[in-house]
Amino acid sequence: MSVQQTITARAIRRLIIEESKRANVGHIGSALSIADIIAFLFRSELNFSDPEDPSRDRFILSKGHAALALYAALHLKGLLTRDELATYCADGTLLGVHPEHRLSGIEFSTGSLGHGLSFGAGVALASRLSGLKNRAFVLVSDAECNEGSLWETVMFAGHHKLSNLVAVVDDNGQQALGPTKSIVDLRPLGEKWATFGWRVFDTDGHDAGRLKDTFRRLRDWDDKPSVVIASTVSGKGVSFMEGKVEWHYMPLSDHQYGLAMKELEEAPEE
Amino acid sequence: MRRAFVKTLLELAEHDRRIVLMTADLGFMVLEQFAEKYPSRFFNVGVAEANMVGLATGLAACGYVPYVYSIATFASLRPYEQIRNGPVLHGLPVRIVGTGGGFEYGAAGFTHHALEDLGVARLQPGLTVLAPADHAQAVSALRTAHSLPGPVYFRIGKRDDYVIPGLEGRFRLGGVETVRTGKDLLLLSIGSITTEAVAASQALSREGFEAALAVVSSLRPAPLGDLANLLKQFPLVVTVEEHFVDGGLGSMVAEIIAERTIPCRLVRCGIRSIPEACGGESYLREAAGLSSRRIMESAVKALGEFSL
Repeated sequence: MSVQQTITARAIRRLIIEESKRANVGHIGSALSIADIIAFLFRSELNFSDPEDPSRDRFILSKGHAALALYAALHLKGLLTRDELATYCADGTLLGVHPEHRLSGIEFSTGSLGHGLSFGAGVALASRLSGLKNRAFVLVSDAECNEGSLWETVMFAGHHKLSNLVAVVDDNGQQALGPTKSIVDLRPLGEKWATFGWRVFDTDGHDAGRLKDTFRRLRDWDDKPSVVIASTVSGKGVSFMEGKVEWHYMPLSDHQYGLAMKELEEAPEE
Repeated sequence: MRRAFVKTLLELAEHDRRIVLMTADLGFMVLEQFAEKYPSRFFNVGVAEANMVGLATGLAACGYVPYVYSIATFASLRPYEQIRNGPVLHGLPVRIVGTGGGFEYGAAGFTHHALEDLGVARLQPGLTVLAPADHAQAVSALRTAHSLPGPVYFRIGKRDDYVIPGLEGRFRLGGVETVRTGKDLLLLSIGSITTEAVAASQALSREGFEAALAVVSSLRPAPLGDLANLLKQFPLVVTVEEHFVDGGLGSMVAEIIAERTIPCRLVRCGIRSIPEACGGESYLREAAGLSSRRIMESAVKALGEFSL
């Protein structure tokens, strides 16, 4: 069994770079984009230590293509060994590009966008019916808000005031083929959620202090579902990837890997 | 069968607090009883089938047994991917209840006709696919399937007023129920259209042919053993389904005949194209070759060809 370590965004980023290089797989920019959010949630916010506990908080990575960040957090949390993490994308592994529920710690298999929020709302509804106090956290991408099915859930959760449901939008302004604002402009995104009955919190998705403050303020309310619109940068933490659409798909060359690891080693401790 | 569904669900819900009923805003004069008796376990999610299946999947992952209800085409096709990646992939006990398969919504038009629901459902591994033939069988099927750990798709008839003589509520998962014996040919039918198959067997009798009739209501698990045993006894089988002719019962029978090398000729009665005009259920069945008269004619034609 793995030993729990301090869950930092820097450690998650290093694991993302190491494993994406070893597996020669892309989606690096998307994973780096959520590293701070994932680190904060798994370190400080989620009541999640036993993946079998019915009263645990549920974390659903609806933007499944960033699964490597989640695997890294599960490893640091002590739920996945380093050797298991090193099977990322290998034949016969449970650690694919997108999360598979067969892996302990993964609540729901995602990869097809626009599905995770409805599952999370179902979990929140089940908790309400059962009188449990746990919460469902669903991390969606901004481009995922293109999906009509997501808004079906947004409307439902707003109507039923599912206050134990928390959505986090990784608002990095990028999608597979370009900037979100030039493909389907989502702005004003927070207003859209608010109109459908959600309490909206804007934050900096890379600032641990602001994330902490946002999720603390969120706990003060129990009348509506909450959405955290986290402003982020795709590829955050590796300068040549930041804001570059090609890092949605590109794997790393040896040279790029060296540069990325050097930057992460030199990055300040959180 | 819609009332059979609600009546049975009410009975089950009395002893099973895990049951939740969800509808995508359909079920007028059908679901009210449940909603009144168990208001906290009833959700009209609005006209949003994809969300309904997603919610049900989340509920099922937390120990509930959600039944989601809509017209068969909306229940099966709109949220198909949510069914596939949700209860099917995760092996969760979501029950998808599609009402009024085939042409049962008649003049409502093609958008309301579920003509491929059974076929697409049959493709999904681990998804139990059931289409009972009458009210009493629907009750048995619902009771039997309730305890299954995985997902179930039910196609249930819209009407409650027909009875298949000899069926008497018999239902077995992966079984076939014979309701009429005969030596000349075998009629195999699924779902509400079985009433036409019954009438066709009677018409065939008047023409001098004795048709056996068996009801297939468990498409998944496929009744491989029962069907293989039956098919071996007849030179001709005529499948009857209110469904596109590809992918459903006829296709399954073809697979069994081919894979087991059974010397039985197959004629498939089913829908082969989009209806050219609107009309009621009887009109549409007649046009598609699914009225009792046209089923009988197909059988007689095949028997004639067979004897040449």
